[in-house]
Amino acid sequence: MSDTDRIEKTVVLRAPRARVWRAISNAAEFGAWFGAVMEGAFVAGTTARGRITHPGYDHLTMEIQIERIDPERYFAFRWHPYAVDTAVDYSSEPTTLVEFTLAEAPGSTVLTIVESGFDRIPLPRRAEAFRMNEGGWTAQVVNIERHVSQS
Amino acid sequence: MFAALGDPTRLALVTKLCAGGPSSIARLTDGAGVSRQAVSKHLRALSAAELVRCTRLGREQIYELEPRRLEAARQCLERISHEWDLALGRLEAFVEAADS
Repeated sequence: MSDTDRIEKTVVLRAPRARVWRAISNAAEFGAWFGAVMEGAFVAGTTARGRITHPGYDHLTMEIQIERIDPERYFAFRWHPYAVDTAVDYSSEPTTLVEFTLAEAPGSTVLTIVESGFDRIPLPRRAEAFRMNEGGWTAQVVNIERHVSQS
Repeated sequence: MFAALGDPTRLALVTKLCAGGPSSIARLTDGAGVSRQAVSKHLRALSAAELVRCTRLGREQIYELEPRRLEAARQCLERISHEWDLALGRLEAFVEAADS
């Protein structure tokens, strides 16, 4: 891996920028695709909470600290990545920054997601927590992967 | 934790531990080109990042590699990356749905 501090993803979405913006910045819509039931609205400088709806993770709540909202262009929040062990208090650990950047392209929207700050996160402990938490989730991931790679 | 490897001396120490197995500070200082105190400091940084582990053998401190931790960290990052791929796939389906 060339850069271990960050994960970067770019995807071209066949939808207008306003539509993509709403899916990201509206708390209820964000939850719909992310897999969480969010409470309240996303407001810069506040913390938004939600209940994870993924099978196997549905006992977890998520918290995101909204950093910045530039309408139709940029949305950023901080969180504790991979905070899957309910016995661990992650609040004293550093957070990662998740940034969504939107750009217009002909008939589509280019979305870039960057999550950075992993260098300061004790990832091995997360991995251990994950293994203990895993249950039936792995099989499901494999199923989705198979489905996606075939389509 | 990856930041802990971003230093030539620390990287050299990890390489040495990898090749030579568990070693004392004296042995790790030998040929390192820096002082024993500097080696100690770097080993503490590696230990804080859980890349090496320290055990006491009599009056000596023996350091050894935690290779599983490094591998676990790499896997964890890959897993998070994969979760983003899945989330983006769901976002794509969500915004491209005809009725949205």
